[in-house]
Amino acid sequence: MLELSILFPALLNGLTMGAVYALIALGLTLIYGVLHIINFAHGAALMMALYGVYYLKDSAGIDPYLALPVVIPVMFAAGYALQRGVIGRASHGKDENILLVTLGISIVLENLALFLFRSDTRTIDTPYTLSTLDIAGAMISLPKVVAFGGALVTAAVLLLIVYGTDLGRAIRACAKERQGAKLVGIDVDHVFAMSFGIGLACLGAAACFLLPAYYVNPTVGNGFVLIAFTVVVLGGMGSFSGALLGGFIIGIVESVGGLWLGESLGQIGIFLIFIAVLLFRPQGLFGAKA
Amino acid sequence: MILQVRNISRSFGGLKAVQDVSLSVREGSISALIGPNGAGKTTLFAILSGFIKPDGGSVLFKGKDITGMPPHRICRLGMTRTFQLVQPFAAQTVRENIAVGAHLGIASRKAALAKAEEVARQVGLEEQLHKPAIDLTIAGRKRLELARAIATEPRLLLLDEVLAGLNPQEINEMLPVIRGIRDAGVTVLMIEHVMQAVMSLSEHARVLNNGSLIAEGAPVDIASNPLVIEAYLGHGTAERLRKAMEAAGAA
Amino acid sequence: MRSLAAIGVFALLIALVPAMVDSGYLLNAIIMTLYAALLGQAWNILGGFGGLFSFGHAVFFGTGAYAMAVLQVNFGWNAWVALPAAMVLGGAVGGFIGALSFRYGLRGSYFALVTLAFAEVFRVLANTFQFTGAGVGLMVPLKESALNMQFGKTGFLYLILSFLIAAQLVAWWIRHSRFGAWLQAVRDNEESASALGVDVFRVKMLAIVMAGMLMACGGAFYVQYLHYIDPHLAFGASVSVQALMAAIVGGIGSVWGPLVGAAALQLLGELTRNLMGDAPGINLIVYGVVLVLMVNFMPRGIVGLATRWKR
Repeated sequence: MLELSILFPALLNGLTMGAVYALIALGLTLIYGVLHIINFAHGAALMMALYGVYYLKDSAGIDPYLALPVVIPVMFAAGYALQRGVIGRASHGKDENILLVTLGISIVLENLALFLFRSDTRTIDTPYTLSTLDIAGAMISLPKVVAFGGALVTAAVLLLIVYGTDLGRAIRACAKERQGAKLVGIDVDHVFAMSFGIGLACLGAAACFLLPAYYVNPTVGNGFVLIAFTVVVLGGMGSFSGALLGGFIIGIVESVGGLWLGESLGQIGIFLIFIAVLLFRPQGLFGAKA
Repeated sequence: MILQVRNISRSFGGLKAVQDVSLSVREGSISALIGPNGAGKTTLFAILSGFIKPDGGSVLFKGKDITGMPPHRICRLGMTRTFQLVQPFAAQTVRENIAVGAHLGIASRKAALAKAEEVARQVGLEEQLHKPAIDLTIAGRKRLELARAIATEPRLLLLDEVLAGLNPQEINEMLPVIRGIRDAGVTVLMIEHVMQAVMSLSEHARVLNNGSLIAEGAPVDIASNPLVIEAYLGHGTAERLRKAMEAAGAA
Repeated sequence: MRSLAAIGVFALLIALVPAMVDSGYLLNAIIMTLYAALLGQAWNILGGFGGLFSFGHAVFFGTGAYAMAVLQVNFGWNAWVALPAAMVLGGAVGGFIGALSFRYGLRGSYFALVTLAFAEVFRVLANTFQFTGAGVGLMVPLKESALNMQFGKTGFLYLILSFLIAAQLVAWWIRHSRFGAWLQAVRDNEESASALGVDVFRVKMLAIVMAGMLMACGGAFYVQYLHYIDPHLAFGASVSVQALMAAIVGGIGSVWGPLVGAAALQLLGELTRNLMGDAPGINLIVYGVVLVLMVNFMPRGIVGLATRWKR
């Protein structure tokens, strides 16, 4: 039996990582819920955002948390342009095509990073990188606690946008009934691109919260892609509350599973959950049966 | 009796799509299943052909219990259905489409393609053999749907509104085709809204409404059954039926 | 039958290459093209003819590669005996993934994601276990001899050519057989196919098993040719992408598509290297752009475009 003194910090670690997963998955699930596309380039986009945060700190000395107001709008604009300019055009309305197009984009981004930044793994150094916080006897790194809080706040803002604004109403209308939305005069293409932009903006926020306690290299996104998909299918495609809950579950599974099986095998647990959910409950743990 | 349906029921959530339906189909006949939209006709067909499992009841085909069997096995036993919303293999040519059906009994590609051409002639598609299915008109697609099903050489053919969406001339062209199928020894059970066709083709008709069978008999009797007309087909229909009957009588 | 003759003519032409070419660089380029075409055909059989897009073909490739390496290194098997075993294992992995996915009616993007997840699971496993050499990978000792399935460039050219010809014959058979008609029917409309008596599950199963075997054959060749395999090379995304790129660029659902695609990509790669140098990533950036452009402008690939012009 594992000692509580080991289990408790692992749980806390899982929760903090889970919050970041949830934030990444929220972007993915928003894009899926509205556009019904699986954005395979999600991880690559996160990687690009991480590089953005890294270079803002490295060359301009801007603290990652202060970079939020820069990174979020840039990611939003990139997402808007990507959907309008590339994905929306190339898809021809076929599921598999969109998957291929976003795969193509992820290949381009990943190798662009390799070309521009080389394959070195980079980290940043901030005054608080090594600070820890004592939570009921468990020492948790301060950036992780900030990430936890930041992810939750961002998620709350996202939900406010979706449920409390005109744009959110339009987004939900398009998600439910795109033909109907078109008929009542909603500019569907614009709303799609806005949704994609917001989805990537979530990644911008995630990157700012993540980097102080994490690292970046050209393939860092790959690890997040499958995790984000797992969170999304676990919570039910397109469900916000499902993504939040799913994020925490996966974070905890990863961290506690890692205690037993070691880090690399702990990942297998996540993939197996992913496969099992897709096979047996594609509507997600919390989704209604189709 | 080639087909015997006993007390079949199926609900979706709270909706009772098919309720306690029993019917039998005589070998070598053309008979019809009619009723208003949403009556449960297509659901019943889906149950017969194995696409939907019933909650209760049984389906006997050639005396064999086929309830709950998967569609391809039912088809291999000799019962083939068509779809109301035609579903061609869009990327393939008319000939290739029909050959898929022909392959049920024919392993050789060459022989299946030859058979496809023969069936195409039977339904009047011989001019369009090399067209991609997606380029066909509605009438053409309906013929293709029919041709693919015939190519499986069924004993019983379930036709789901093969005449819907056709103009009167196209309907008149299709009627002899369907009669020809029956004359070749295939039993036909059809869902049909085109009353003229029901009157002229079928010797027996059943009326389904709200999931239940409410009348059955010779089409003429059905057409004059006040229960059917007033309660389920609406007022205007009585007049239409009488006219159709006269037209069929004159023909 | 003309199409069958075309495969014969192609085999003959390539077989003559060593007599005319003695540049090792060029021979290697041809070998790598045929190898990519083999992977592409393995993808095409499932994705092109069957409409089941896999993002994780590496799972079959890696199974074949590791089986080949492990059986030789750890168990002392002869390569010629290990090859069929590797292919059978690749087919078995295909059968396993297929049985799970198709039993539950997984299609479209979901199928793509599940195959990808399986490839990742296998990668982590290969990274963990000692008998696969864990993260270090496995080295197959160099002992050049036809008995060991280790040749010079010319010998390897004939080896990969015969593998590819086998794959071409499988594709030709699919194009001209009842099974192929069923597989394409399932791709275009599952419901219709089953209404016409097609056993959808069995047809898909056979397709994924064949794809798994061919892909494993590609993995086995990789190990023999380069003498080394590690978890990332075997189960990483790049092999999956290489396979699907060849098929999509060349034209999915056609017998010659993967070969045409592999050749086009090889040329493109050489061109990129000449124009922009050997900087890391450049080649794949071009690939990614090509993938997006192909899906956008030429969904039927180069072969599809050619047949449209012919009409």
